[in-house]
Amino acid sequence: MKRTLVTLCLLASFTALADTQTYLKAAIEQRFYFQDALYPQQHNSDISVFVEPELYYSWNQGTGSINIKPFVRYDSRDSERTHWDLRELVWMQIGDEWEMRAGISKVFWGQTESQHLVDVINQTDFVEAIDGEDKLGQPMVQFSLIKDWGTLSAFALPYFRERTFAGADGRFRSPIAIDTDNPLYESDDEEKNLDWALRYFQYFGDVEIGLSYFDGTNREPDFIPQPGEDGMSLRPYYGQMQQTGLDMLAIAGGTLYKLEAIYRQTTDEDFYALTAGFEHTSVGVLNSPYDIGWLMEYQYDERGEQATSLGQNDVMLGSRIVFNDIDGTEVLIAYVQDLDETSSRSGFIEASSRISNNWKWRVDGWFFSSDTQDEPTYLLRRDDYIQFSLEYYF
Amino acid sequence: MSRMQSIRQVSGLIISLLLLALPVQAQSPEQKGLEIAKERKARDRGWGDSRAEASMILRTASGQQIERKMRMLSLEMQDDGDKGLTIFDQPADVKGTAFLNYSHAIEPDDQWMYLPALKRVKRISSRNKSGPFMGSEFAFEDLSSFEVEKYRYKYLRDDKINSLNSFVVEQTPAYEHSGYTKMIVWIDKEHYRAHKIEYYDRKGSLLKTLTMHDFELYLDKYWRPMKLSMVNNQNRKSTDLITHELQFRTGLDENDFNQSTLRRVR
Repeated sequence: MKRTLVTLCLLASFTALADTQTYLKAAIEQRFYFQDALYPQQHNSDISVFVEPELYYSWNQGTGSINIKPFVRYDSRDSERTHWDLRELVWMQIGDEWEMRAGISKVFWGQTESQHLVDVINQTDFVEAIDGEDKLGQPMVQFSLIKDWGTLSAFALPYFRERTFAGADGRFRSPIAIDTDNPLYESDDEEKNLDWALRYFQYFGDVEIGLSYFDGTNREPDFIPQPGEDGMSLRPYYGQMQQTGLDMLAIAGGTLYKLEAIYRQTTDEDFYALTAGFEHTSVGVLNSPYDIGWLMEYQYDERGEQATSLGQNDVMLGSRIVFNDIDGTEVLIAYVQDLDETSSRSGFIEASSRISNNWKWRVDGWFFSSDTQDEPTYLLRRDDYIQFSLEYYF
Repeated sequence: MSRMQSIRQVSGLIISLLLLALPVQAQSPEQKGLEIAKERKARDRGWGDSRAEASMILRTASGQQIERKMRMLSLEMQDDGDKGLTIFDQPADVKGTAFLNYSHAIEPDDQWMYLPALKRVKRISSRNKSGPFMGSEFAFEDLSSFEVEKYRYKYLRDDKINSLNSFVVEQTPAYEHSGYTKMIVWIDKEHYRAHKIEYYDRKGSLLKTLTMHDFELYLDKYWRPMKLSMVNNQNRKSTDLITHELQFRTGLDENDFNQSTLRRVR
């Protein structure tokens, strides 16, 4: 009897300390492309929907938890863009000065806005958006120590995720199709190569420093042309790399100074790359409630025109306008200029605002321009678009 | 000789009398204001940590009204400003977004925002003290913890507020980048609680008025208003900050207020 009572009490206290939270994000997106497509399979408009539910369950006052976040997109034009992914399926345990995660999860490293050189744990879900901000879920075991002297994290990454690419019917693609079904790997273990990484992060008042090291499969593929029955195709080749990264942030007055630098070693080459810049915010501009932020970042890649990243000697100028209204209206405008090829430039605009507690509209626009054939931007020269989204959150 | 001595004695007496009288005479309005501020802070020391569930009701001049929901964790620091962690629950698009603040007396606060969709912690330049908090009429600096060193003080007069005898004190921000030139604060004489604050803008005109309502007593010592009502006197917008539930000494410590916890808080 006594035992049952104790068990009941324990159960009661356990459930009292447990917590379930649900989240949902879904949207319908309509894209219009400004120019006629380069290739006959492509279209001048596109409608697409996605759903991303999330379930969080924790116990023992949140010291243990599970998070599940699947993602599904349907695209009316491109079957490669119609895809699903487990963004998260992760178990977490936390202590006073440590945390442990095991499962599929996402990690962000870095400080800059225009590109994320240091951030190499998760693969880019490239069919999602041209900015590369969307990531695929990464299987991992992570252990972090959170001490006065900083946060030290170790990652074991037992399974590699291939980058997604647009299909023949999609925009933002090369003239030759990418054969995503037949990737090549440098590692004999292919996608099962055990990658690992370390990161140290510390905050010293107005300065923040992150140091990272990654050893494993390069998230950025090279492409190997291969003749086939349907003509030429490009097979993604995922090499091995060792990358040392540094990211820094410093605050002086109302300005944030940001730096990311990497040194990457691959079998073929070793190189440096960096992004450096600042963000300055003025509050209550001209006696209005608006905040205006000015961003400028310089992107450098030692490989020059051979760089797989878009920014090899480029400058990004941007402005973020926050209306500080009830609807949370924000506009971000940016322009990227290649300093070697004056004809190569791109720009984007992102604007969003709330309609109600659960609904939001968003407009995204991108334009690309290049006359130089060996520039990555050249592939996108006819892919300027504007996208209207209606988003639902719960 | 004896005459000289008696003169000395008399003058000595006068000097000591003068010295005795000096502190009374010399308590300038500035000193009195500072004394009140010190007493206000002293009466609020020792609360440790707290967890609150709160709502912000934002109203436009035309009467449009919207509710924001949040949870706030706070930690009292002994030789520094307090630490705070705010988790947003509503509107739905910012659900899961969290805000970490280390307030300081004179130095700018250290602030971070966690964006769950990107799993990214972003440092915020806290020089933007005068910027609105979540589109409300509260500026970041209005929600930062009260520290004596933050202001210069000047006692103005006695007054009655909510039928309580009170001091009226002028506070001038001693930190940089404030949106205000001064604040006028009504503090009751019995419990040293602020009941009303008027904020004056950079041009010296009345910008906002904050009033505190429904005070409740916690741990037999700490008074907390369950409703803060901020009215913008210039654009007629207003925001109420309502505390639904408040618990003290819940076992929070510094490990609950860092970037790692910001990243995983729910």
